[in-house]
Amino acid sequence: MTTGSQNSVPDSWKDTPQSLDVQRVRKDFPILGQTIHGKPLVYLDNAATSQKPKSVIDTLNGYYTSENSNIHRGVHHLSEQATQDYENVREKIRNFINASDTREIIFVRGTTEAINLVAQSYGRSFIKKDDEIVISAMEHHSNIVPWQILCEQVGARLRVIPINNDGELLLGEYTSLLNDRTRLVAITHVSNALGTINPIRQMVDEAHRYDIPVLVDGAQAAPHMKVDVRNLGCDFYAFSGHKLFGPTGIGVLYGKAKLLEAMPPYQGGGDMISLVTFEKTHYNVLPYKFEAGTPHIAGVIGLGAAVDYVNEIGLDAIEVYESQLLSYGTEALSEVPGLRRVGTAKNKAGVLSFVLGEIHAHDIGTILDREGIAIRTGHHCAMPVMQRFGVPATARASLALYNTKEELDALVRGLHRVIEVFD
Amino acid sequence: MSDLSELYQEVILDHNKSPHNFRKLEDANRSADGYNPLCGDQVTVYVRLNGGVIQEISFQGMGCAISKASASMMTDALKGKTEAEAQALFDLVHKIFVGEQECQGENPDLKKLSLLSGVSQFPARVKCATLSWHTLVSALKGEKKIASTEEESGS
Repeated sequence: MTTGSQNSVPDSWKDTPQSLDVQRVRKDFPILGQTIHGKPLVYLDNAATSQKPKSVIDTLNGYYTSENSNIHRGVHHLSEQATQDYENVREKIRNFINASDTREIIFVRGTTEAINLVAQSYGRSFIKKDDEIVISAMEHHSNIVPWQILCEQVGARLRVIPINNDGELLLGEYTSLLNDRTRLVAITHVSNALGTINPIRQMVDEAHRYDIPVLVDGAQAAPHMKVDVRNLGCDFYAFSGHKLFGPTGIGVLYGKAKLLEAMPPYQGGGDMISLVTFEKTHYNVLPYKFEAGTPHIAGVIGLGAAVDYVNEIGLDAIEVYESQLLSYGTEALSEVPGLRRVGTAKNKAGVLSFVLGEIHAHDIGTILDREGIAIRTGHHCAMPVMQRFGVPATARASLALYNTKEELDALVRGLHRVIEVFD
Repeated sequence: MSDLSELYQEVILDHNKSPHNFRKLEDANRSADGYNPLCGDQVTVYVRLNGGVIQEISFQGMGCAISKASASMMTDALKGKTEAEAQALFDLVHKIFVGEQECQGENPDLKKLSLLSGVSQFPARVKCATLSWHTLVSALKGEKKIASTEEESGS
């Protein structure tokens, strides 16, 4: 491969995989050097999307500059090279999530498309009238609405695991929701609005006792912790490239080969067939059966560079660093008068969701923006979570490996400024 | 900071803290719900219309300072206005909110409403200011559907 990802990470890092030098990390992300409204950018909206390291940007540029061509069909040099790079990333992803077989790695547009694929392909084949699908009260709309659409189509019912005031699942309620009508459990690994990390392995074990497959929405987990699908035992795992420092428009669906083989195609078109006549079409083998049409080749290759980047820094080091940052931020926010955190689970990832007295999140977001601070305000595509906590919206600061304690100090100063404006 | 202090002027913060006409109008003969799906802001506008004149107007709901203040100022401005006058005022106000036009002339209602013109420097917030107005238009038309800021084009 002629693109830049191989040479992007300094050799000196490889000697110290367990610690993260945030100042060095920050230099890898060109966007972090800019100012917004005259103030240094403080980017705390990583749960919405992450910034991209130079290695990813260079890889995309390199692909379009010297390698662009279609895959799986040309006999010419460029096509062969692009095909090889594309398929190498599939192996890279297999290794990244410890799947047993590259055939189990399907490239999709993102987590949303992955879940829709399972809902429409698996769901319409194996879920019938009066069957039940179990989700939770902390799901993102992308892990609610595809199931509601399916329920309308086949006459199935949605059951919802409730959460407590800290934003943790009520596992006893989960157990009692499972029965012989349950056909699927679809659950988030990490809540985007609350930061809660769910005990996926335990929940999968419970579901498997009834032979119920489990889909895990890993969009907020994959960038922040080691994901091992065989250890989790889940049947499907979905995540997005753009939250993992990769390009937008690319994501991954992992599915156990046995299930994927039994599922009909999601979309029809080129690449997903082995033989087409007007009488009958034979579908291609896994994973191609689920990749109709020309895929986002550049996106896949860019995602490969992002995974290389994360691997070089090390998810263990990232997890330790972000956990320290979360503790620091939690402590710092506790000193802001009138601030109430929403999402206080014991086991939490780097999400700080909060409300500030009577001040609406939107106003907080606008004032912080003028200080160069980017946070998300609103319902975070999790309106049922907002309803559960009785708030119309929250402000949310979400962390990534390049954030610093100084940035969290800036957030706190910004919040004092908000209070000043509204006082 | 200048555009921030222009947006969050004292008058606007006062309307946010103690909104005028913030109640349900029991004898309303027109009402509509408005909703901004981007941020979850929600407003209900109540109108008692008599012979084409807005005799009484009020609102309820929850939202940011801008949406609350805008609704509050709107109800102040529209009491006693005809439907046509209300629509004409909205057309002008909308142009001011999106920065297409500055406040001109001596219309006292328009002058007051123009205190919200600072929003034109914050494109993401224009819809907060227009939500109650869209909802009013929907109420006057007697539409049953929920007014949404997402049907607005070009702002």
